[in-house]
Amino acid sequence: MVHLIDRRSSSRGRSAVNRERFLRRYKAHVQSAVRKLVGERRLADIEQGGDVHVPRKDIAEPSFGFGHGGDREFVLPGNREYVTGDRIPRPQGGGSGAGGGDAGDGDSEDAFVFALSREEFMQIFFDDLELPRLARTELGRTEHRTSVRAGYARTGVPANLAIVRTLTQSLARRIAIDGSLRREAEELERAFGAAAAAGRSAHAAHAYAELQRIERKLERVPFIDEPDLRYRNRVMRPEPVARAVMFCLMDVSASMDEDKKDLAKRFFTLLYLFLTRKYGEVDLVFIRHTEDAEEVDEDTFFHDTRSGGTVVYSALDLAEKIRGERYARGWNVYVAQASDGDAFGADPARSARFLRDRLLPAARYYTYLELAAESDSGRSSTLWAEYARVATESGNLAMRRATRRDEIYPVFRELFRKDTQ
Amino acid sequence: MTALSHGADWDFELIERYDTAIAGVADEFGLDTYPNQIEIITSEQMLDAYASSGLPVGYPHWSYGKEFIRNEQAYQHGMQGLAYEIVINSDPCIAYLMEENTMAMQALVIAHACYGHNSFFKGNHLFRQWTSADAIVDYLVFARHYVMDCEERYGAAAVEEVLDACHALMAHGVDRYRRPAAPTLRAETARLKAREENRERQFNDLWRTLPGTPAAAASKAKREVFPPEPEENILYFVEKHSPKLEPWQRELVRIVRKLAQYFHPQGQTKVMNEGWATFWHYTILNRLHMKGLVDDAFMIEFLKSHTNVIAQPAFDSRGYGGINPYALGFALFSDIRRICERPDAEDRAWFPDLAGTDWRRSLDFAMRNFKDESFIAQYLSPRLMREFHLFAVADRVEDDALVVDSIHDEHGYRRLRRLLAAQYAIENRVPDVQVLRYDRDGDRSLTLRFARRRGRPLSDAAEEVVAHLHRLWGFAVRLETVDGDEQVGRALECAA
Repeated sequence: MVHLIDRRSSSRGRSAVNRERFLRRYKAHVQSAVRKLVGERRLADIEQGGDVHVPRKDIAEPSFGFGHGGDREFVLPGNREYVTGDRIPRPQGGGSGAGGGDAGDGDSEDAFVFALSREEFMQIFFDDLELPRLARTELGRTEHRTSVRAGYARTGVPANLAIVRTLTQSLARRIAIDGSLRREAEELERAFGAAAAAGRSAHAAHAYAELQRIERKLERVPFIDEPDLRYRNRVMRPEPVARAVMFCLMDVSASMDEDKKDLAKRFFTLLYLFLTRKYGEVDLVFIRHTEDAEEVDEDTFFHDTRSGGTVVYSALDLAEKIRGERYARGWNVYVAQASDGDAFGADPARSARFLRDRLLPAARYYTYLELAAESDSGRSSTLWAEYARVATESGNLAMRRATRRDEIYPVFRELFRKDTQ
Repeated sequence: MTALSHGADWDFELIERYDTAIAGVADEFGLDTYPNQIEIITSEQMLDAYASSGLPVGYPHWSYGKEFIRNEQAYQHGMQGLAYEIVINSDPCIAYLMEENTMAMQALVIAHACYGHNSFFKGNHLFRQWTSADAIVDYLVFARHYVMDCEERYGAAAVEEVLDACHALMAHGVDRYRRPAAPTLRAETARLKAREENRERQFNDLWRTLPGTPAAAASKAKREVFPPEPEENILYFVEKHSPKLEPWQRELVRIVRKLAQYFHPQGQTKVMNEGWATFWHYTILNRLHMKGLVDDAFMIEFLKSHTNVIAQPAFDSRGYGGINPYALGFALFSDIRRICERPDAEDRAWFPDLAGTDWRRSLDFAMRNFKDESFIAQYLSPRLMREFHLFAVADRVEDDALVVDSIHDEHGYRRLRRLLAAQYAIENRVPDVQVLRYDRDGDRSLTLRFARRRGRPLSDAAEEVVAHLHRLWGFAVRLETVDGDEQVGRALECAA
């Protein structure tokens, strides 16, 4: 007798562990592929999987086998015109055999290509990255717990008694138990009335006695009974203390051409992906500025275009204002600024001063990414010079320059490298 | 009789009814099988099963991940379909059926795997000799746990290194001939005693007076070569004699070796095994149709897949991937039946002992006692060579063109048959590399010898394999190449 088993619902993805091992083994290849992909991609497409190429020789599992050369014969099917002694020119390039018994292994492919899933891609993308100095704003445990209401419970202390709930329960119970008795009582009352009117006293007396008995029963139904009691229930929910807010500041003025904007967008996209992924409790504030600054939503920040002059100070001022209003206490503040540094007149000096005096003391970390066009790389802007002076004084300002798309990722990595101390 | 079902849908009850019907027919033909265990799986699980060579349990290793990714991709890009089934040589015989199959396909697969392959596993001498069907699943479970346990204790990287090295030598980790069982203590004592007695009986003090003998014997003993005979099972030698391996590493070597041994018969009986299973699904389902148990629509669908399976593209056509073992095997078994039932003059001349015999008995004999190489050498008839239009091409170093060596004609039959059989011989697929010397009393180096035949060299991967072996061995490893008696080229060496 055959033994039939339905395995369809059991143990899917048995190879997941092997796949993960494979990825780990070829980590270097996978990482370089991810880096390349990030450099090439458009913003909206970044958060996807991608193909990884691994050279076939790196992936081969060696074993003793025969190489080319030497004498051999092989038998093939499908002869049409050959007779014994015919000479066939040796096929070029494809080794010595037109296909022996062991041909068709696909030596022609030069790389083993496979697709990374979105999760795997992001995992590798964010490998080792950690927000710098994510200090706890309060000492002690990582999380503290707050008590939150969570429905009702059947047990509890009298102080938590939910009166309305309890009465609702009691009412429902009484209706359920009393209902039939009351109906019976009504009938008896009618019977008693009829009997009394007809003058049949025996009947009336009997009905009256019955009525009395039922009423006594009804009296015994308690108004509030143990099962009715309901208490307000509270549970302790962990609350992360290490909250962080990230201010994203971007210059969208006229001097920021499309290339630079693209670089800046990339930087923030990486930042954004990183934050939304790694920290569930991170607030994001997007501020873009020309000669004046405005807070915008994420979508507008990345996708809406605008042009005008440049006043860096306006953005810093707005950031500080928002911080004071919304994130004054209990938040780790991080600021990331991207600009081409084309600020004029008093603005750079004023901005740097404001940064030093107001923003930096309140922020955990401030990153400044200067985006230069390829042609003027090496020449530092006035803003850069001013910021650099501030940076020597305070340890929480980091500055980097980038000119090409594929430089963004390394910059990002460096900025947010795991704190090794 | 009325048909068991109509249409493509299947359910568990139907599968059981088909199985009962198929079992009945198989019984009529006298197929001897292990009990069957049929498991229904999804295509995703089929891909999983592919990656672990069809085994139900496997230890974790990156190469299986690679295999999985490769298959998954080929499947998703439509370059490769999935097998309809996978069957495991175990007792009970486990067969995986895909849920996507139609009823006709399920019936085909049951006949093919659960009765065809199953009876082959149970009957063929190679499987009987080399695999213990009742223990394999338990052993696999043990292996998986052992490997995972080692990973926990010694780290995944250390385990991977050993497994990688073992995998490289897997083809050289099988016993081709049975090892004599280690003598029991009692037998050993008895043997020593008999020798002692013999020596006493033969004792003659005169021998002692011969000059020179003791010294010569002593020096000979000192230079004794180990192993006394070259050892072809390299993994076995490593497991038993490696000077450096930790016990757990030895056990890992053993696990890979056991797996290699388990797969050894499958590699040598591909044509026979598939041919046998294909022959029986064809025969059984036709019999069901004759009995009226399946309808015509069923047969049309079955025949469509059947003809796909046994198609043999010509060497110069697109999609040619070598000789199709299903096609060749099916043709061979069908031909044996034909020779038994309706022999012609040519058959009588070529197969005098076969023509006119009871086909079931002859087929059974062929299934039990051969492997691909001997099977083809024994049974490939001139008619089949003509049908397949077989021809042999010689590829010689001193010739600048390939030469057609023989074709399917009167002069070529015998040579063609011998060449095709040789193509399936293990020595033409796996190079002959053996352990020659282990310098036990010296630098502990290990010397391998590759016996080159007809000038066919080892591939470049040999260097990496030697490096792997060196990792297992811990001391210098040399690989020399000999052709006949003389050494050729420089030895590959991997020193510490």
